[in-house]
Amino acid sequence: MNTMSNEQDDGIRPAAENSATAVQAMNPVQSQPAEKPIPQAVAKAAPLKQKVSIRDLKFYYGDSLALKSISLPLYAHRATAFIGPSGCGKSTLLRVLNRMYDLYPNQRAEGEVILDGVNILRREQDLNLLRARVGMVFQKPTPFPMSIHDNVAFGIKLYQRLPKAELRDRVEAALMQAALWGEVKDKLNASGLSLSGGQQQRLCIARTVALQPEVILLDEPCSALDPISTAKIEETIDDLKENYTIAIVTHNMQQAARVSEHTAFMYLGELIEFGVTAQIFTSPEKKQTQNYITGRFG
Amino acid sequence: MADHIVKAYDKELEILGRKIAEMGGIAEKMLSDAMDALVGFDTRLAQTTVDSDPRLDLLQRDIEEQAILTIARRQPMAVDLREIIATIRISGDLERIGDRAKNIAKRAIKIHSEMHIPRATIGLRSMHESAAILLKDVLDAYAQRDAERARDVWTHDADLDALEDSVFRDLLTFMMEDPRNISFCTHLLFVSKNIERIGDHATNIAETVVYVVTGETLPMDRPKGRTTLSEAPTTVV
Amino acid sequence: MPIYDTRLRRDKAYLGLCYVAVAIGLGWLAIILATLLFEGVRGISPAVFTQMTPPPGSEGGLLNAIAGSLIMTALGVALGTPLGMLAGTYMAEYGRHSKLTIVVRFINDILLSAPSIVIGLFVYEVLVVRMGHFSALAGAASLAVIVVPVIVRTTEDMLLLVPDPLREAASALGLPRAIVIGKVAYRAARAGLVTGVLLAIARISGETAPLLFTALNNQFFSTNLNAPMASLPAVIFQFALSPYKEWQQLAWTGALLITSAVLVLSVAARVLQTERRVK
Repeated sequence: MNTMSNEQDDGIRPAAENSATAVQAMNPVQSQPAEKPIPQAVAKAAPLKQKVSIRDLKFYYGDSLALKSISLPLYAHRATAFIGPSGCGKSTLLRVLNRMYDLYPNQRAEGEVILDGVNILRREQDLNLLRARVGMVFQKPTPFPMSIHDNVAFGIKLYQRLPKAELRDRVEAALMQAALWGEVKDKLNASGLSLSGGQQQRLCIARTVALQPEVILLDEPCSALDPISTAKIEETIDDLKENYTIAIVTHNMQQAARVSEHTAFMYLGELIEFGVTAQIFTSPEKKQTQNYITGRFG
Repeated sequence: MADHIVKAYDKELEILGRKIAEMGGIAEKMLSDAMDALVGFDTRLAQTTVDSDPRLDLLQRDIEEQAILTIARRQPMAVDLREIIATIRISGDLERIGDRAKNIAKRAIKIHSEMHIPRATIGLRSMHESAAILLKDVLDAYAQRDAERARDVWTHDADLDALEDSVFRDLLTFMMEDPRNISFCTHLLFVSKNIERIGDHATNIAETVVYVVTGETLPMDRPKGRTTLSEAPTTVV
Repeated sequence: MPIYDTRLRRDKAYLGLCYVAVAIGLGWLAIILATLLFEGVRGISPAVFTQMTPPPGSEGGLLNAIAGSLIMTALGVALGTPLGMLAGTYMAEYGRHSKLTIVVRFINDILLSAPSIVIGLFVYEVLVVRMGHFSALAGAASLAVIVVPVIVRTTEDMLLLVPDPLREAASALGLPRAIVIGKVAYRAARAGLVTGVLLAIARISGETAPLLFTALNNQFFSTNLNAPMASLPAVIFQFALSPYKEWQQLAWTGALLITSAVLVLSVAARVLQTERRVK
């Protein structure tokens, strides 16, 4: 991936003009340095590594086309936010990344989603292993009907046989990462359902990170939470960036601006603009993006 | 630009813009009044100029409060955010322009009793003309969200700087001719400095306008029309 | 406000009719329960639980019938529950979008409301005639046939009540489908599933018709599944129609026992269900 680090190239690429440049942007070997100057505050010293490359992705619900040729990268150890009005396909896109759509008949994806060089849309992809690598947190907290400890240990036990003490350590580490440990350490055997909404959501995050995935998908994780819980989750997301690649769908633009380094604006199944978050929220290139984020009639 | 879904938001932005326009009008008038008072040795006009400054301060504070409230209420993004930040910055610059004009007016009162050399104010008059054009142009550029025009102002401030240099040299000559001119000319020196600063504020506003329209920040160093002032005396004397 | 006044009056009138309807409905129930209690309690004694059904004209108990009922009910539930659970699980989890599910659900609904005497006749034809004699096994089989549709229905309904996001969340951890269902969906639906089983037990514990054609009856205590076996409903049926005072008394007592058992099961099911909702 070091091929990207030529002279001024900081690896961050501004808005993809169209899918063609986006595809090119995702191919670091051929691509040239960014065509546009990047605000200095955003530029990072090290070149960014692409964890996931989405290339010419189309998605169908039955016969209706829900995603129209989407191409964009997810950078390693960065958060990418997906914004756009309801029904624009951002959640659908997220559900392609761990192939959640496979649970349902009549849903199919075309194109490529490259995770570390491997197309995860290929037929022989093992879905369970994929989902262990690409974790997901949902809009509504979904703790399993079992104790707090078991909620977190459940996934671990499925993949690893650990001695009890070690398992306990893993559970503790996961709860720490999700910033929940302090609140639940004295009641690990209480039901996961006895927690508050914000705590339940962080429990779900803990459950996801316990598997030590590589990518974490967050589908409107704070939409059902109060501001304090939201702040705690955002703090958690900040910490998680150190170890994981994050994709977050949110209706809260301020949240997208706060937690992400890159932002993709989608509208009616199309990727309208992808770029550095700081730029998208101060001076987006596309009029549609501007109208959406400033709350204008588009 | 399309309207906001929330009408009150448009209204708030509109009011902010109107207040900036009002401030701009007052600042322009203060500058020309102050210079008229100076050149025409009109103490009364100078005094009214001084008296109109509080109105400018009040408007500035008003705009800041409004802008902060709007930020808190609407969490503006993109062009709206730039607009609101711009009103804060521009109102600050206009308020300072008012202060400079007030300073000129105060000096007009002070030099009333001094010995007059009318030809000494000729250079200042052309400085004022140049500054007044910059100010008018930049306010128009803001009103019309015209980045090109703002960029023009930004580059033309160099002319004002060049003029200041020549005024400086003229005044120095007068002072050397006759030491009794020193007090009068020193006041005029400060006036020229004031006008030059007004030009700088106009440039700041120009930068802000470019930022509002394009989202881009202009480079840190803009074209200069002369050597820096601190070096000037040594080369001349 | 004449319109409002009219509405008020009409409201009162309908409310009054509702009260009357409720009173009639509950009234009959109360009368039935009171009669049952009055007649049944008289016969309650230790002998009922320790002695066999007597020959006509002598004292006795219901031990063999109680035991028979317990055995056949247990057996029926044991046979029917796994079958019903598996079918219900298929319908709610794997075959949610398949045509087969729609067909099975339709047939299951018919089976659910099929008269139990038809089921008794069916098992008589299929098992009793082939085996050449009545047996407890045949009785349990006919009860199982009644249990299956109940369990299928409740299993499917309860699993459908488990929110999909929970399944997705489990799948998102990379859990295989079987574990998602077994460890998460079943667990979330547990109270409902248990309720379904309890309701099924309540349903079959009072069934008479299928047992008359299959297990028949037995004067004596028997645990032989390959032989006729006594059961409370069958004994009640036989004794209640008889001219003997002692038999009639035992029939009342047996009816009280069954009713209490059903009541306890229903209440238990209710409690379980509300507990689930509170959570």
